[in-house]
Order: sequence, then structure tokens, then C-alpha cells
Amino acid sequence: MISSRVIIAVLYVLLAPFVIGLLDGFDRKISARMQGRKGPSVLQPFFDLKKLFEKEFLTANKTQLFMIYSYVFFIILSGVIFYAGFDLLLVVFSLSTAAMFLILASTSTHSPYSAQGTHRELVQIMSCEPMELLVAVGFYLATKTFNVSEVVANSVNSNIIYLPGFFVGFVFILTIKFRKSPFDIATSHHAHQEVIKGVTSEMVGKEYGMVTLAEWYENAILLGIVGLFFLNSNPVSFVGAIIAILVVWFLEILIDNTSARVKWQLMLKLAWGVTIVAAGMNLFLLEIIMG
Amino acid sequence: MEMLVTALICLPFLWAILPAVIHNSKCRAFFVYLGCGIVIALSVFTAVQWFLAGGQTLNFDLPYRETFDHVILFGDLFLMCLITYLSFKYKKGVISLLAIVQTLLVAALELFGPEVEELPALRFDWLTFVMILIIGVVGSLIGIYAVGYMHGYHIHHHKELTDRRSFFLAMIFVFFGAMFGLVFSQSLIWMYFFWEITSVTSFLLIGYTRSDEAINNSFKALWMNLLGGCGIAAAIAVGILAWNTVNLYEIIDLAIAAPKALYLLPIGCLAFAALTKSAQFPFSGWLLGAMVAPTPSSALLHSATMVKAGVYLLIRISAAMADNYVGNMVALIGGFTFLAASCFAITVSDGKKVLAYSTISNLGLIVACTGCGYEETIWAAVFLVIFHAVSKSMLFQCVGAIENTTGSRDVEDMQGLMAIFPKLAVILMIGIAGMFLAPFGMLISKWAALKAFIDTSSVYVSTLMVLFICFGSATTMFYWTKWLSKILGASPKEKTRDLTKKNEYISMFFHAIMMVALILGFPWLSEHVLKPLSNDMFGTVDQVISYQNMIIMIVLLVGIFVVPCFNYFLTKGQKAKQVITYMGGANVGDNFNFVSSTGEPKEMHIANFYMDEIMGEKKLFTPAIMISTFIIIVYMIIVIGGAF
Amino acid sequence: MSTIHKSPWLLHYDGSSCNGCDIEVLACTTPVYDVERFGVINTGNPMHADIFLVTGGINSQNAPVVKQIYEQMPQPKVVIAVGTCACTGGIFKECYNILGGADTVIPVDIYVPGCAARPESIIDGVVKGVALFKEKAAALEASQKAN
Repeated sequence: MISSRVIIAVLYVLLAPFVIGLLDGFDRKISARMQGRKGPSVLQPFFDLKKLFEKEFLTANKTQLFMIYSYVFFIILSGVIFYAGFDLLLVVFSLSTAAMFLILASTSTHSPYSAQGTHRELVQIMSCEPMELLVAVGFYLATKTFNVSEVVANSVNSNIIYLPGFFVGFVFILTIKFRKSPFDIATSHHAHQEVIKGVTSEMVGKEYGMVTLAEWYENAILLGIVGLFFLNSNPVSFVGAIIAILVVWFLEILIDNTSARVKWQLMLKLAWGVTIVAAGMNLFLLEIIMG
Repeated sequence: MEMLVTALICLPFLWAILPAVIHNSKCRAFFVYLGCGIVIALSVFTAVQWFLAGGQTLNFDLPYRETFDHVILFGDLFLMCLITYLSFKYKKGVISLLAIVQTLLVAALELFGPEVEELPALRFDWLTFVMILIIGVVGSLIGIYAVGYMHGYHIHHHKELTDRRSFFLAMIFVFFGAMFGLVFSQSLIWMYFFWEITSVTSFLLIGYTRSDEAINNSFKALWMNLLGGCGIAAAIAVGILAWNTVNLYEIIDLAIAAPKALYLLPIGCLAFAALTKSAQFPFSGWLLGAMVAPTPSSALLHSATMVKAGVYLLIRISAAMADNYVGNMVALIGGFTFLAASCFAITVSDGKKVLAYSTISNLGLIVACTGCGYEETIWAAVFLVIFHAVSKSMLFQCVGAIENTTGSRDVEDMQGLMAIFPKLAVILMIGIAGMFLAPFGMLISKWAALKAFIDTSSVYVSTLMVLFICFGSATTMFYWTKWLSKILGASPKEKTRDLTKKNEYISMFFHAIMMVALILGFPWLSEHVLKPLSNDMFGTVDQVISYQNMIIMIVLLVGIFVVPCFNYFLTKGQKAKQVITYMGGANVGDNFNFVSSTGEPKEMHIANFYMDEIMGEKKLFTPAIMISTFIIIVYMIIVIGGAF
Repeated sequence: MSTIHKSPWLLHYDGSSCNGCDIEVLACTTPVYDVERFGVINTGNPMHADIFLVTGGINSQNAPVVKQIYEQMPQPKVVIAVGTCACTGGIFKECYNILGGADTVIPVDIYVPGCAARPESIIDGVVKGVALFKEKAAALEASQKAN
């Protein structure tokens, strides 16, 4: 049992970038096809990443680099806590600590675009955090434990049947977390935008590469949480979880390609509104049922 | 032990005379340092002595109990007269009514009421142990800081004000004495007396500058705290009339044994009193108003003393609040305050005001924890009390020092503080980190509180509280991080002379060291202080936080200190070409100016988000007051109505 | 082996021009020409860009801007002047404020003529520029080793 947890955590550290990078490559391919283009190779994200590490290193403030290293470290640490099956609430806390390092890294340069992006990033974090915490609460209510491994081992049925509202809320904030349109307000994948590259504006070469890598690790955790809704003690549920992850992933691409950016005010209101309505209602009902 | 405790309570009161009568600045400073030194030494010595003796709960009396009883009775009456005089002097006579009613009620019951069972007046247990260390150490350090600060305050910055430093420093000592008395008392009458002293002293400290604003705010503080005092007076009245006792622990035991009807009434009254003192909504106004006073008194009121008196009492009675109406009221008010105050903290840019709201918000979390009344929440609450006292005191001192040095305490003006005043910036960062970052106090407490609230029996309270905490922690993260992000980075200002006095630095560095020690010593603290504490209150010793999570937290902890340092040295030697930041290619050679449309260089200013339109004070303050008043009134009616 | 030639990110700067070339550059990213299939991303940030694509001539006001942006790009980098104006100053050459083509302020690697330059020729220029990266990356590596 313990050895399998260690193996999963090690696999996470080793494989997450490859899996998520590949998903990212397919994402770009699918997006291109949706727009009637051919699109780049599915390995493009890896080419990009490698290139970033090969570029010359310029910087506006040297403190930025060590903040980014710390950011990567904390993201990976949260992932290890999650995939090794420890406390879900601590995963969320650790993720928000990591996010703080990203914010410090980008504001340390005193650049208008990265400052603008950072403050929007902060709003994004504020929009998402209640839902992330509530997901942990939901799992606790359904299974009486915050421990990821026990959540899986103790549930006879997939927890989604108790937590549909939490799931809806979580998928909603995933769009924000993945920096997808309509909530790509903190940074942008496209040129000619008012934020330039937002949070990552002043990150050059390997710094940007590290941040990209960290985002892949983070996405692996988030998709893992999506999977957790479907996992139960039966190993077959693993297949269901994978399918669910892929469906959610495709849904995010679809949303990305069919919507235009909104203002942060609307994002905040929408995210909190959905959290209160979907997750709050589910929480209330679950409290009554589990009484 | 009796002698030590007597000294601890009486000495500060007597020592207060010294700064009051000595007007030579140097000489007075010496006596204040000496006094603070003695208070630190005495409190630590007493605490250690008791700890080494095995940490047994002690019930005892001061020598000459009879005399002290008389002193307290006369003290109560004296305070009443003082309040009446001052309120008429400043044409706010109505306020004196509050004082007169409650004091006469208590005095009359004491003199003419039924005979009260004679029980020891004082008690020393684990919670007292924690509290005297906080008051003794953090409080005295503020005292040390105050000497240097007040010097700069009058000599450099506020020459127009009357120099009443003697009075100010004397009041600080009175505060210590009152707080020590408060945490030792088990007789409600004694507690009431010390409670009133803190109310009056804080009133006097807030009104220190005697400006119109200061006087208005001080009276606001006075009436709110007197209202709280009425709560204690009512509890005393119920205790004497119904069960012939004024002993806090007897009342608590009665309420635990039969948590309904009449037994709950005194607990409700005490909880009400504690809510006013810990500045929960709707009584937050006084703590915000307290900002007009010089920084040391804000630090004193916010961190180690005044507001802690409220949460201390709540922690005391929390076992009697588990899963009943009083507990629900306290929890809801606390949770609501946690969320609302942190929203307001986002919208203000005055550093001290951010701190004020964050104090209220943090106290909200503590209050919510006590209202839940489970072991793990008390564990969390005590943790938060400790962390909050140290880091908030440090933050206030630091903001005060920054204001003295740079002339502004606005967060917006702290851009790049790291580059110009690195020492102050580091202290500020440690303080902020201590307030909200993972593995520090806040995280552990949120973790425990969430878990406990999910298990709370009332579905409504449970759901609401979980939502309050989830949203509150998001908003808390927002305002701290945005402050933190201002400090780092480059500064457009030139380096100037640091005007911070040596003794201010001593106090702040000591706080920083304490903070780090607390963080590193947290497993020990949990094992050797908080476990016996919860054993005291609940008679059980469960491991609140699992061994596994403890390990993770230690990893996080190491991470947060070691990883950035390690990375710092790793990247230090990194060769990097320095470039200027991207401003569409329009920088004028540096990161602070750009070429404007007229071709002239123009300074760029980057401001934080304040979200005034979404959650501003103007928009939400009144609704927040109304909602919280509604909660309090409804629950108090239930509690009072249930008693008859 | 460097992969920079597989993901050249563009930074597009439009100087003193009639905006014709400007629009043609954007046309390259549309489904018809789909320059992204070569891994090209149109980025708005010099810090992330590998190829500096200049359209339009250089005048006395934008000269320092172009220079600054060029300096903010990390090595290895390629500059492509697109359109006659960017190559020589074009029809605006004799204007009082025009200094000339992009090469008056920064070293240009590839010249793409045309008024306006056709998307096909722009893509051709980009692909030629990408080919240069191999040498440039090797030179950078060598210079880093030498240090």
C-alpha cells in the first residue's frame, strides 16, 4: 500500500510533464482544427519548452529567478502530497503558497504589464480558492476523511454521486485555473492584448520555461482532482476517471474556442456565484443527508 | 506561587506611578525599560516555575483577600465616577448611564445580595500560562518600543500636540496589571473589575491626542466596551441570584452539565461581553477608531492585550458553548466577521487600517473556533491567539517605524521597501508571512476549524461556517499577498536615513526571533502546552492533527524557509544580462519613467487593486453591521427567552 | 541539438507605414496560411520572442523604441524586415522624419521585399530566418563555452 503510494508520487514527478505536455500539444492541434487550421505538431509544447531553456538569460530583477524556483518546488510538493495520497486540504494550501511565489516573482520587476497581470492573477486565485477548499470539504463530508488515499479506498461508489454540485463548481473554476478563455485575464496566449503576457511578461527564457513546467505540474494535480470524483475502491473505476478527465479536458478546449474574454469583475462574480449556488447547495444537502 | 502572582498583578499597577510622576525624559525612559524588563522576567519566571512544577491547576487567593475585595469594590465605584465625570465633561452624559447601571448592580448585589459561597478568587492553569507569557513578553516589548516611538512622535512628527508621554507610559503599565488580573481571576467580580480597567484604559489611550476625532473615537470605544461590561454584570447577577456563586468555573460546569434554559443565560451574557471586547461585528467600530492613537497603543490594543481579553474569555467558556445557541451565535458572528473584515481589508490602502481589519478578521476566526467549542477548534484558537499576538504586534511596530521613517504608512507608498529599508522590509515580510502563509498559525487553524465545522451538529451553522471560512481565506490571501508584492522589487525613491530608534529595532527583532521560534517549535508547543490545555478543558487528549499531517507541515515549513534561501544562493551566481522592463519600448532608460505623448519623461505608478466598487466600506459596512446585529439580537432573544 | 528552429516566436513591430504589410503579417496567422503549423506563435512580448518582424520604416520617434525592443530580446534572435518600407524606407524615404529602413537602427538578417509583402513571401522569409537559427544557436553556445 505504502509502496504503491510512493510509486504513484514518483511517477507523478517523472511523468506529469510528459502527459500534460502531450495533452497540451493535442489541445493546440484540436484548437487549430476547430478553427480550420492545420496546427503545429503535437510535440510542439516540448519544442517550445526546450527552446526556452536554451535562450539567453536576461532579467530585470535577479530576485525573480529564485522566486520562480520556489514556485516550481511548491507546485511539485503539492502534487506529491496529492498523488502520494495525503491530506487534500493541505494540497490546496500548498498550492496557494506556491501561487504566492509566482506573484512575488512577477511583481518584483516593477513592470506595468506584469503588475497588471499579477493583480488579475490575484483576483483569479481569489475567485478559485473557495471552490478548491470546498472540494476538500465535500470529500470529507462524503468519506469522513481528507486523506486522498482513504478517499479512494473507503468509497464503495464513486463520490460524484454525492458531490455533483461540487463537481460542476470545480469544472467551472478549472477554466480559470487553466487560463482558458473567457477567463484568460491574467495572461494571454495571443499577441495584441492589453496585458501582453500578464504575469509572465518579464520572465525570459528559462524563467518562462520553469513557469510553463510548473503549470503542467499544477494541471496534473487539477486533473487528478477531477479524476478523484470518479475513483473508488474498485480498480475498474480508474478507467472511468481517465474518461472523465478527457471529457473535462475536451470541454475546456471547447469553451476556450467558443468564448471571448470577460472582465475580472464578471469573472469574480460568476466564479463566486457558481461556487455558492452549486457547491453551497450541494454542501447543505449533503450535511442534511449525512447529518 | 501566590507571591509571584500577587507581584505579577500588583507590580505593574504600582510601577505605573513611576513614569507618571517622573517627567525627565531620560530618567523616565530608564524606569520604563526597567519596568518592562521586570514584567518580562517576572512573567517568564512565573510561567516557567509553574511549568516545571508539573503544570497542575492551582486555585488560590491573594494574601489579604478581604482587603483586595474592598479595593475592588471601591475601584469599581471609582471607575464609575471617573467615567461619569469624563462623559459629562465632554457632553456625552448618556454613556455614563451604562457605567452607573452596571456598577451599581454589581455593587448592590455584592453588598446586599444573598451570601455568596467563598471560593478562591484566582486560578492558574494552562490557558493562564499561555496568556501571561503573551501579555508579559509581547506586551512589555511594546512598552519598550513605545519609549522610542513616543519620543520620535512628539519631537519629530507631532510638535503641535501636548506632550503627555508620562500619562501614556503609565497607562501601559496599568494595562499590563489589568490583563494579568483578568487572566488569573476566577471570581467574576474580580474579572469584572479588571475588565472595566481595560475598557477605561483603552478609552484613555485612544483619546491620547485629544483631537476631536480622537475624543469621538475614544467615546465610541468606551460605550461599546461598557455595553460588554453590562454583559458581565448580568452574568454576575444571574450567578448570585440563581446559584449563589460568582465563580466562573462553577457557572461553566453548570452550563456544561445542563446546556439549556437558565444555565445558558450567564454564558450568553459573558459571550456577548467577549464579542464586544474582541471587536467583532457589529462592535468593530471601536477598534477601527482606535487607529487615531499613537502606534504603540494600537499595537497594545490589537495584539497582546485588549482584544485578547475578549477571546480569552471565549476560550474559557467555549466548552459550555459546544453545539448550543450561544455557541452558534458566537460561531456565526465570528465567521461572518472573518469574511466581512477581510473584504474590507482589501479595499483600504492605509497600512494601519489594513492591519486593523486584519485583526478583526483574525479575531473572527478565533471567535468562530471558540464558538464551535470542540477540542480541535480550541487547539486551533489558542494557536491563533499566540501567532496573532506576536505577528500583529510586530506588524504594528513595523508600520509605525516605516511611517516615522518615510512619512507615510500607505501601502501604495511602500513600493520597493526592500530596496531602500531592507531591515524594516524583512520584518514586515516575516510578520505578514506569519499572518497567513502555509505552515504558519493560520493554516493549521483553518485546517482544524474547517474539520470541526463540518462536524458541527447544526446543519445551518455548519454550512454557513464552512462557506465563511472558505471565502474568508480567499479574501485574506488577497490582501496580504498584494501588500507583500508591493514590498519587493525596485523603488523609485532614493535611499534615506533610517530614523528608527535602536530600542524599536530591539523590540521588532525580538518579535521576529520569537515568530521563527514559534514556527519551529510548533510540534513541541502542540505536545507540551496545547495538549494539557485541552486536557484541562475537555478531559481528553486526542491528537488533533495527525502525525502524518504534522510531517507534511514540517516539510512545508522547511520548504518555506529553506527552499527560497537555497534557491537564492543557487541563483546568486547566475550570470544574467540586466535589461529594463517592457513598457512597449517607451522606457526612459529605467523602470520608472516612460516617454509620454508630449515626448517628456513621465513617472509610472503601479497601484494595487482595491475593489472599492465591489466590496468597499461605503457599500458593505452598514449591511455588515445590520446583519451581525440581527444575528446577535435573534440569538440573545432565544437565550434569554429560553431562560424563563 | 537546439530546437529553436522548431518554435520561432514572432514579435511584430509596425513602424512608419501604410499598414498594408501589417495586415499581411496578421493574414499569415489566419487559417488560410496558418503559420502556427511551423510552431510560430505571434507573441506580444520581446522577452519571449525569437524573431523580430519589422514592417514600415524607421522615423526619429520610433528609432529608440525599435532599438530598445531589440535589446530586450534574448539571444539567439533574428530580425526580418518585411516590406519595402522596412527594407529601405520605401515610398516614405524622402520624408523629413524618416531615417530609412529597419537596418538604420538594428542589424537586419532577412529582407522580404514587396509593397505590400505577400503572406507567402513573409512565410518564406520566416522560414529562411528559422534556418539562420541553427548557426546563431551554435554561435551562442560557442560564445557561452568560451566565457
